Amino acid sequence: MTEKPPLLDVQNLSVDFRTRGGLVRAVVDVSWSVSPGETLAILGESGSGKSVSASAVLGLIDTPPGIFRSGKILFDGEDLLKATRDRRRELNGSQMAMIFQDTLAALNPVYPVGWQIAETFLAHGKTRKEAMSGALELLQRVGIPDPDTRYFDYPHQFSGGQRQRVMIAMAIAMRPEVLIADEPTSALDVTVQAEILTLLKDLQRETGMALVLITHDLGIVTDVADKVIVMYQGSIVERGDVGEVFGNPQHPYTRQLLAAVPGRLGFRHQENVKEEPILSVKGLCKDYHLSSGLFSRSTSVLRAVNNVSFDLRRGETLGVIGESGSGKSSLVRTLLGLEEITAGSIAHHGRDLASMSRKDMQRMRRQVQVVFQDPTASLNPRMSVRQIIAEAWIVHPDTLPKPDWNGRIEELLLDVGLKPEHADRYPHQFSGGQRQRIAIARALALKPQLIICDEAVSALDVSIQAQIIALLRRLQKEHGLSYLFVAHDLGVVRDFADRVLVMYRGEVVEQGTTEAIYQNPSHDYTQRLLSASTFATQSGLPVVGAAVK
Amino acid sequence: MMADTVLTVRSPSQETSRVPWILRLLWRDKFAFAGAVFLLVVLFAAIFGPALLGKQAVTMNLLARNAPPLSLDKGWLFVLGGDPLGRSLLARLVVGTQNTMAIAALTVTMALTVGCLFGLLAGYVGGIFSAIIMRISDILMSFPSLLLALIVLYVLQPHLATVVFVLAITRVPLYLRTIRAEVLEVRERVFVTAARVLGTSPLRIVFRHILPVVAPTLITIATLDVAFVMLSESGLSFLGLGMQAPDITWGLMIASGQNYLKTAWWLSFWPGLAITLTTMSLNLVANWLRIVADPAQRWRLETKGMAND
Repeated sequence: MTEKPPLLDVQNLSVDFRTRGGLVRAVVDVSWSVSPGETLAILGESGSGKSVSASAVLGLIDTPPGIFRSGKILFDGEDLLKATRDRRRELNGSQMAMIFQDTLAALNPVYPVGWQIAETFLAHGKTRKEAMSGALELLQRVGIPDPDTRYFDYPHQFSGGQRQRVMIAMAIAMRPEVLIADEPTSALDVTVQAEILTLLKDLQRETGMALVLITHDLGIVTDVADKVIVMYQGSIVERGDVGEVFGNPQHPYTRQLLAAVPGRLGFRHQENVKEEPILSVKGLCKDYHLSSGLFSRSTSVLRAVNNVSFDLRRGETLGVIGESGSGKSSLVRTLLGLEEITAGSIAHHGRDLASMSRKDMQRMRRQVQVVFQDPTASLNPRMSVRQIIAEAWIVHPDTLPKPDWNGRIEELLLDVGLKPEHADRYPHQFSGGQRQRIAIARALALKPQLIICDEAVSALDVSIQAQIIALLRRLQKEHGLSYLFVAHDLGVVRDFADRVLVMYRGEVVEQGTTEAIYQNPSHDYTQRLLSASTFATQSGLPVVGAAVK
Repeated sequence: MMADTVLTVRSPSQETSRVPWILRLLWRDKFAFAGAVFLLVVLFAAIFGPALLGKQAVTMNLLARNAPPLSLDKGWLFVLGGDPLGRSLLARLVVGTQNTMAIAALTVTMALTVGCLFGLLAGYVGGIFSAIIMRISDILMSFPSLLLALIVLYVLQPHLATVVFVLAITRVPLYLRTIRAEVLEVRERVFVTAARVLGTSPLRIVFRHILPVVAPTLITIATLDVAFVMLSESGLSFLGLGMQAPDITWGLMIASGQNYLKTAWWLSFWPGLAITLTTMSLNLVANWLRIVADPAQRWRLETKGMAND
């Protein structure tokens, strides 16, 4: 495969960006190449500059603020950085194409999808009739069922996975020789992710195009890529064949990255789990009424949570896994008392939530805290860290006398790995991982027994994710906490949970110890989920202490 | 790490005192500083104007009827010219400040408070309560405000309090609708949910968590509204329903000058200029305030001009 001359050759590319903080070196001396039929993965965490060189290939970097310091981008021997705008426009779409992560943002909401695909043909000089038939053919090819009618549907009428299929259809319309995919599956569920990756590989086989995959997910890299480059702080720290790089990582960063990948440790065996349940849920149902208008009496009912029962014991971590729409979030909202229960019961320390007085409810709230997915959204941007944490003691005045506040804030910040002087800063002055630490400090302020983690690590980079999980573990040990750990990442749950609930369409289809679920999944859906996930053990990443496949 | 690069930004609690800190931030924004100075002058005129120049504002000098401005022939009082009855425009402008500012400030404050309160309630509580508030606001908005003023002021006597009342009522829906729309968006944000989970009372959520986020919008509308109210008041005066002579307001001065626009433009020009400058100053200061109130924007003022300090 490597014998062919490179189709796209990036040589010694350096790009700077002018920002308010001064000149930022986005990528420094980056070189990579890709040949027809080959798949190159660019692996890196947020801020590593992994997208910059690919954007430069398509001419998506505005100058200013971008500055090309040095380097060449050769496409079939032609230097793109010297090409005219018209020439680049000609190449974009027909020779090179790109797909993005956020499909809802990348598709125009006011035009039917078929029309948008046909647009690609029209832009490159096809007739209207050819464009339409071409678009229909493409929709069929990327696996949109019933393309004749769906041609006229709008983007919001498609699911996330289908929208990504539409995006792919648009990208391959002119049979490009290079397809650049920027985190194409990061926003999708694992089963859908596997389907999309399979589609991309099939298309590559058919057309012989070169594929450049930008991702932060090591699992995807091992699944689909031939070659990989690992980027860290704007530079390439390691490159080579996937098996080689992951089998024998040379650079400390690559090693650290590999070590942080979840799902490769042994199963957890918690000793200090008490038998007494903190939370016991019986036959919980939650309906949502969807009304079509102000005056329409007829409403349809959506059952988001259906007959869910489980016990959560003191000191244990209960993982809840499921894909989007499985009712995970609705379950969390009902448990937190943010939504009314339709049927069933939630008992906290044996006392039914529904029969609680206001005062008892307030007391219950102290015991059950939550950490949300997006730490940027869950912290009030106008409050300092001190105010955010102290809020808990203002709301529950009898928990901590005011003179002790400063000391306790200091203690909490140190406990979550921050510094006492961080107290007077505002959320925007922290990185994502640090913000999540603040959110955890807030949750700890009332000394709760149970913390519900609603996708608490999903928005974070792998290495940060590992740090936060380590923090949660330590806090569990020190404070005897219980966690309800809701996640869609099977690897993280595998590492962290003692027991697992698998949710599918509002129901718990399977529950048991983590080991039992991951080793011998009995339900159909669980099996599908596990086989689709790309976490390490499934895809041949080196397991700590085990032989490399 | 991103946080390390911003370590140098100072936070208010580290300062020895808040007042010099605020003043320093104001000084960094020169336009806002000029605006603040002008507003202080206006405030001074509003408080002490009637006591200082009250007599001169009604003294007639028949030789100075429609006297042109920018000449000291008739004495310093007539530097801005004279009105058709030979009264000093400068003195009338200064004395009129009190009524004008009282009407504008009271009206905007009243409309802001009422609109904000009901807007927050309608947005956060929702349901039937919101529906009732919104329909009442719709009625107020669709009802011609002049007609409303006509009826109210016909029944009640035109007086400062009644003028303020009428103007405030017509401005309430503006605040109400804007605030409600913002609250509807902000209350769905995760930090509000986080506060609810903590057991925070609805009142505290609304005032401590939501209001600070919608405040910049409020400040911006309110400052723009001040100018609008000043001009509305002159409209009412013109119809004989607002403040009436011998009371003096800037709006009234503009209205009474309009007969002489061809021969003595300065009659309307000076009060017009006063309104424009006041509004502009308010806008500049409000813009500065918006930046200071936002922790994520404050660095713009904190780092600006560091080199020359």
